[in-house]
Amino acid sequence: MHELSIVASIVDSVTETLTTLPDSSRGARVLEVRLNVGALASVVPDSLEFCYGLASEGTPLEGSKLVIHLLPVVVHCGPCGLDAELEGVQSFRCPRCGEPSIDLRQGRELEIDSIEIEEDEEKK
Amino acid sequence: MTTRIVELRRGILKKNDELAAGLRARYAAAGVLVLNLVSSPGTGKTAFLEQTLRGLRAAGARAAALVGDLETDNDARRLASAGVPVRQINTHGICHLDAEMIGKHLADWQDVALDQLEYLFIENVGNLVCPSSYDLGERIRIVLLSVTEGEDKPLKYPTLFNSADAAVITKMDIAEPCGFDREAALANIKEIRPGIRIFETSAKSGAGMEEWLAYLAEARAGRS
Repeated sequence: MHELSIVASIVDSVTETLTTLPDSSRGARVLEVRLNVGALASVVPDSLEFCYGLASEGTPLEGSKLVIHLLPVVVHCGPCGLDAELEGVQSFRCPRCGEPSIDLRQGRELEIDSIEIEEDEEKK
Repeated sequence: MTTRIVELRRGILKKNDELAAGLRARYAAAGVLVLNLVSSPGTGKTAFLEQTLRGLRAAGARAAALVGDLETDNDARRLASAGVPVRQINTHGICHLDAEMIGKHLADWQDVALDQLEYLFIENVGNLVCPSSYDLGERIRIVLLSVTEGEDKPLKYPTLFNSADAAVITKMDIAEPCGFDREAALANIKEIRPGIRIFETSAKSGAGMEEWLAYLAEARAGRS
């Protein structure tokens, strides 16, 4: 249950990004915040969304939508020489040859991918 | 009105990761082996750590421990009986330790200098979920599982088990009355974290502790 602190970091990070935008974008509204969340990131998407409403209140992110893109685990299989996507997180074996692997290429991501903002045309 | 996309590609826990990288460099420069112990509440982390600290002290090694709990300094007082420096971290409701807390407590810890230590143990808050996201700069992450918890726990909490470097099974002295299925537990741990080293221990009887202490010495010498 550390989703609230995760969401607080997201709000801080996006708010900080807004201040670095060019003058023409000042006062822009945030419509969407898009996250990449790996299957091994230890966060619950529903819980992130619930906390997001609370944490974004009274900030430039208020009213925006949190869009979570879930990423499956990808392991590198030595014998096959391939990066293979796993169906779940119950077994860490190459789906093709069955060889165990701890060489993770994807699945621990917990990052802000991008934000969608709306700006007034007149300012341009 | 126009809308546009601004790319960020920024790690949400970037601040923690940066602080942890700084700590890792400090530990390496001081020559201290740092281990992060993670498990459910009630697995027996404190009893296991107490025996570990006693064993290291008896062998003449210099060890210390930071112990995280939501409230109380009960664990620190208990661990201090092993005769090594121990410092309690109370998180007051936060479900995990983070790199900032570790850095702050190391800075305030008057009677301990990192370069005087060989081993520093960090006993995390009892929780099998949240600590897996927070790097503390440790070189080795240990996950503990007791025989009373059920053999399928690694399958239920794969994110933490997958991120561990070694696993410790505790309370082996009561494995039989608990109906502990040893083979299933070992297989489940290995399914989630292939190739992991597993220690079967009892803080009460001392079983497995010798092998564990030998592993620590090897790890410190950089051999595992």
